[in-house]
Amino acid sequence: MTAQNTDMPVVDAPRINIAEVAEKYALVAALVVLFGIFAMLLPNTFFTWANVSTMLGSQSVLVFLTLALIIPLTSGDFDLSVAATLTISAMTLAVLNARLGVALPLAMLGAFAVGGIVGVLNAFFILYFRIPSLIVTLGIGTFLNGLTLWMSNSATIGGIDFALVMGVVGTRLFGIPLAFYYAILMAAVIWYVFGYTSVGRRLLFVGRGREVARLSGIQVDRVRFFSLLSSSLIAALAGILYAGTIGAADPNSGNTFLLPAFAAAFLGATAITPGRFNPVGSVVAVYFIVIGITGLTMLGIQSFVQNLFYGGALVLAVALSQLVRKREEQQVG
Amino acid sequence: MTRSVKTSKPASDPFAGLKDGLPRRTPGEAPALYARHVSKIFGTTKVLDDVTLAVMPGEVHGLLGANGSGKSTFIKTIAGLHDPEPGADLILYGEGAPLPMPAGSARRLGISFVHQHLALMPSLTVLENMLLNDLAVEQNWNIRWGTARRQVAETFERFDIHIDPMTRVADLPQADRALIAICRAFEEVRVNAGAGRGILILDEPTPFLPKSGVDQLFSLIRGVVADGASVILVAHDIDEIREITDRATILRDGKLAGTVTSSEASQEDFIELIVGEKVTMFQSARTLAADKPVTASVRRLNAEVARDVSFDIREGEILGLTGLIGSGFNRVPDAIFGAMKGATGAVEIGGKSLDLGHMHPARAMDNGIAFLPSDRLGKAGVGSLSIAENMALPVMGDFRSLLGIDWQKIHAHVFELGRKYDIRPNRPGQALSSLSGGNAQKVLMAKWLQTGPKLLMLDEPTQGVDVGARQKLFQALDEASRKGTSVLVASTDAEQLAQICHRVLVFSKGHVVSELTGAAITKDNISQETLRAHGDAGETVPTRTQEVA
Repeated sequence: MTAQNTDMPVVDAPRINIAEVAEKYALVAALVVLFGIFAMLLPNTFFTWANVSTMLGSQSVLVFLTLALIIPLTSGDFDLSVAATLTISAMTLAVLNARLGVALPLAMLGAFAVGGIVGVLNAFFILYFRIPSLIVTLGIGTFLNGLTLWMSNSATIGGIDFALVMGVVGTRLFGIPLAFYYAILMAAVIWYVFGYTSVGRRLLFVGRGREVARLSGIQVDRVRFFSLLSSSLIAALAGILYAGTIGAADPNSGNTFLLPAFAAAFLGATAITPGRFNPVGSVVAVYFIVIGITGLTMLGIQSFVQNLFYGGALVLAVALSQLVRKREEQQVG
Repeated sequence: MTRSVKTSKPASDPFAGLKDGLPRRTPGEAPALYARHVSKIFGTTKVLDDVTLAVMPGEVHGLLGANGSGKSTFIKTIAGLHDPEPGADLILYGEGAPLPMPAGSARRLGISFVHQHLALMPSLTVLENMLLNDLAVEQNWNIRWGTARRQVAETFERFDIHIDPMTRVADLPQADRALIAICRAFEEVRVNAGAGRGILILDEPTPFLPKSGVDQLFSLIRGVVADGASVILVAHDIDEIREITDRATILRDGKLAGTVTSSEASQEDFIELIVGEKVTMFQSARTLAADKPVTASVRRLNAEVARDVSFDIREGEILGLTGLIGSGFNRVPDAIFGAMKGATGAVEIGGKSLDLGHMHPARAMDNGIAFLPSDRLGKAGVGSLSIAENMALPVMGDFRSLLGIDWQKIHAHVFELGRKYDIRPNRPGQALSSLSGGNAQKVLMAKWLQTGPKLLMLDEPTQGVDVGARQKLFQALDEASRKGTSVLVASTDAEQLAQICHRVLVFSKGHVVSELTGAAITKDNISQETLRAHGDAGETVPTRTQEVA
């Protein structure tokens, strides 16, 4: 039962395969072990509720971005513009709300709409001109960066309505900022769509075999369009969340989320339902990376370690998921 | 097995199994290749179980078996691509050879392989391709193109091959490419093993070759063994095996089913060894009640080579389309389903006339048309996804519940279909790519049959499907046709069309040139019609009749 999916119970005798279970939960175990190590090394800084709840809350932006990525990754497209979309969405919100005095809900709507425009642009160039998504989204992402710098005069814009900060990290439920629950909710929605709707199946088939999907009556371009659009919209939500997390928008720091988000997406694809991009695995992967970075930083290791960790995790994650896939495709006979 | 054919069984004494039945040229001659007790386990599946094979110098030895019987695994083990389980050994000309075979040492020991995809670079010239192996492994800072060209020309002359070494491989027909690949491998054997020695292993070189190409290939093989080298030929076609090989070894489920002297074994003997039981070849009634209403009418269809094709297909009719490769018959299903661009014409189905210029798969499906392409894991199904996911794709909507898709129900449904169509193993959660060709095809056929289409179109439905699984597929088609589904089969396989069709349309240069009905539908008639239709063109290349897998 190689390609077994947790969403899909088998009919014949349910056997528990130890290797399979180990594969599914290896990342979860690694997360627990890593957490344990740092908790022992840093009982007074790392292993405090304040730190844990901050990690959970502040990194929900990364969770959102990773979730945005796994949708086009599942349907076979790359979206390298998600981080730039996040940044421009946060900046749009700040400009509208803090500079132009637009009411917060409207400013949020504006930021969301910017995400929609980016998604449509990406999809248009990819699907109409048949350009590889890698190139289009790389270009659009860089273009958006320029636009963000222009909009903001390359400066951080503060003074966003404090209600947003309250709604994102200011208010806590069970001691954890609300942002965490938003991320979990988003992950749950995607988990449901991926596993239990025809839309999710179509995404998967489009990603794994475009010809098969087309010849099975799936409107491949429409699926790819909506997949790219949802990716940008979720990235825009991540931007709103980011603005709420730091109470301001700065034109650069959002871009640093791109690599960790890819690392988490690919690392997440090695867990829970190995071989597939999946939201639960993504959440676990994000927090695995976050624990690693936070712990190492608290140990006083210099900041370059972040890049070592992100870059290393990305390549290792892809290598691992490749191992998983190979095993899946192994043919007998 | 109560047959009179000789079988050699593996035994503990190294040469015990070789004492009789071996075509020795001189008394006491050692086999060119003697592989003993070769086993291979993938995960928990034993794909090769104690297989022993002896090939004499100057012998052409056939290797047959159904899909998944282990013949490619066996070949790959000898090639050093797989490590065998401990206990296996390999003796070449009476001397022990290392097993597992280290990378590259098979070549040095004089064993060369020609795989089905031939490993030629289409954009390079024949000459460059002939030198490819040398260029790949040797440092040569001064290639003498003139000398190389002369040598290649000499080689071609020796084998009576008329190909200009300076042509690009892409410009050559498939048959010539196969000849080049085999020539190249044989030259390699000659250089590495010395004259009169060496083993050439050909892995299914014949599919898609026209009959004349196969004949050329066989005379090349005869030339190769004439001076003492040996050839192992992996093939599906029993007629070919009987024609060219001296002896043949049949594998079944990873075990040695038997070794026979090819000239003494009948086709039935072979099939029985391959399948493990007597196979009743499926045969449809060949006639259809005349009062059946027309399901679909194709009008003035144009698609690439196919020109002005019009025909009706009646309810429950199984209609075959055939012709030479390139005669356009296989574009018809693509055009009707809207799977290709640039088709024109119309199809009338269910009281509607649909313009083929604006056809697309979703619309075709809405009108009760289903299409199973020949490219099984490229167009028909996704290998890395499970059987259940592949099968459920067109019927996803039926399994919607309040809580979304009910996977439990889908698995139960797929399991039920698996039982009905005899899919083995019947595990809905298993990846499609882990199934053999025949079983994968059963899954993909079930995927469409469960939708109850009015018109089911199939392109080469039994390519790479073993003889047992074929009969199951034919029965499934027959059953669907009895329930009223019209079936359109595009295939070059005359035998298969003769087994299942009520009517066959033969194409030549894009047009329907003849129609066979009822008792006239025989394998020979279909082949002859295909040939005759093409005869006037001066190019007398008949379709290949692929027989039993």
